Amino acid sequence: MNALQVEHLVKRFGSITAVNDVSLTVRKGEIFGFLGPNGAGKTTTIRLLTGVLTPDTGTVRINGIDIHRHPLEAKMQMGVIPESSTVYGDLSAEQNLHLSGKMYGMGRALREKRIDELLSQMGLTEKRRSPVRDFSKGMKQRVSIACAIIHRPRLLFLDEPTSGLDVQSRRLVLETIRRMNEQGSTIFLTTHNIEEANTLCHTVCIINKGKIVAKDSPERLKKMFDTTQSVEVSFDRPVTRDLFVAEGIVRAEPCGDKWRLYTNNPDQVLKYLVGRAERESLGITSLTTSGPSLEEAFVQITGCS
Amino acid sequence: MMEIPLFLRGIIVITEKNMRLYYTKPPVLMFGVLFPLFMFFAFFVGRKLDLITFFPAFLGMMLFFTASSVGPLITPWEKREKTYERLLSYPVTQDSIILGDVVAGAVFGLGISLLVWIVSRVFIPVAVMNAGWLFLAFILGTLSCAALGVLLAAPASNSPPNVMIFSNLIRFPLIFISGIFVPLSQMQGWGLALACCSPLTYLVDLFNAAMSGTSAFSPLVDCGVLIVVSAGFIYAARIIQKRNMMKGM
Repeated sequence: MNALQVEHLVKRFGSITAVNDVSLTVRKGEIFGFLGPNGAGKTTTIRLLTGVLTPDTGTVRINGIDIHRHPLEAKMQMGVIPESSTVYGDLSAEQNLHLSGKMYGMGRALREKRIDELLSQMGLTEKRRSPVRDFSKGMKQRVSIACAIIHRPRLLFLDEPTSGLDVQSRRLVLETIRRMNEQGSTIFLTTHNIEEANTLCHTVCIINKGKIVAKDSPERLKKMFDTTQSVEVSFDRPVTRDLFVAEGIVRAEPCGDKWRLYTNNPDQVLKYLVGRAERESLGITSLTTSGPSLEEAFVQITGCS
Repeated sequence: MMEIPLFLRGIIVITEKNMRLYYTKPPVLMFGVLFPLFMFFAFFVGRKLDLITFFPAFLGMMLFFTASSVGPLITPWEKREKTYERLLSYPVTQDSIILGDVVAGAVFGLGISLLVWIVSRVFIPVAVMNAGWLFLAFILGTLSCAALGVLLAAPASNSPPNVMIFSNLIRFPLIFISGIFVPLSQMQGWGLALACCSPLTYLVDLFNAAMSGTSAFSPLVDCGVLIVVSAGFIYAARIIQKRNMMKGM
């Protein structure tokens, strides 16, 4: 049995089809990344999967339980971290966690044990009795995550969990996702951060204009576009784009003090760069080649640039 | 079968959450406690009125305002704070959210009205002719008024002030047509016809039956109307919320 089974999900808002015949499966124990550009239908899909919205047609099964027919049983199996850090600002971190634990029917003793564990894990022990409204965005997100995992859900949905967080909070969130997965939870994650999806997810699914346009492992998705590789180069003084008008260079993009050159033939580009640098007395400070990136696959699939 | 205990637990936890979060919010205290007191002072104090005669009407007004003041605040507040989405993702349904909001409003209305009843009896020697009707008036009154409050929030935007204004637009006219300031026995024609359309009329009439033993309608009719109206309000709120779910958040 799959952790999540979605069949022919459709959601329309007036004349706009936000989710158009989406079908997907997430295996137990998997970290599943759900990517897409802004407005592609990611948040609407996650709301349909978690029972927050009602679909026009289609079914969603959480561990075999249809969430729209048996919402309570299905929701007991899962934890949800919505896009914004949606916790009660008037309550303290501890009170938010108690509320969440009660929602999942946890007894007081078990709640208190888990709350102590989670507050310590999230670095919030000292602030446990402060109102959440006084917390930073990162701290609120940590409370939100703790609320969603207090009952150790078998399936955890996260909508843009690291969006807008500082480095420390971001690392803590990613660490928590990995730990939950190691402990047996299946993870369904939407993100804008392609690098995050690349390093974290076993499977990546790309949605565009409400439709699934690709689904595979990050490495296989990258291989679909292995004609596009890149060379990163930096020189000891600034250069202009004109330097990169040459055979074999498909596109040149400035990246900080470096240039990224997309090519189908890295060997040709490397030889060109070395020769050109020598002729123009340019010192090469760094030169690296890299294979096809998930970001490039994403750009090609979704037609975004 | 597993769903019934989960459903009931959801109602209890949501009620508890609402009590903790919303009872002390300024709009609730203002429109639910201060406002009916000011109305009482404005209309009853300093005039040569028989306070014992008008006490059931005052109690009905107090109960109406308090019980219907919590419901309109909860949903728009939660939508504004974006906690509504998280609430829906917990093991609860929209029905448990609606009923949790109704119970929270009813408990608030019941608590304040009972307090007013107890304190008032120190100063006003109000008789109780039928304790059973009085009990039913408190229970059915708070339930129907709280259900009205939840219905008023059902088409809610995420702006609590807008919903509070809208709810007062509905609640204010009701107190003028429901036999509070003009007893039902003195109403005729259109006035009486309008009064019959207001659920508050039946609540005031039931309080009259309980305290003075006289009422315009049979107390059984009053109870029946309040039950039907409560169910109707909850059902309408459910339909609107379901439609909201289809349309988006």
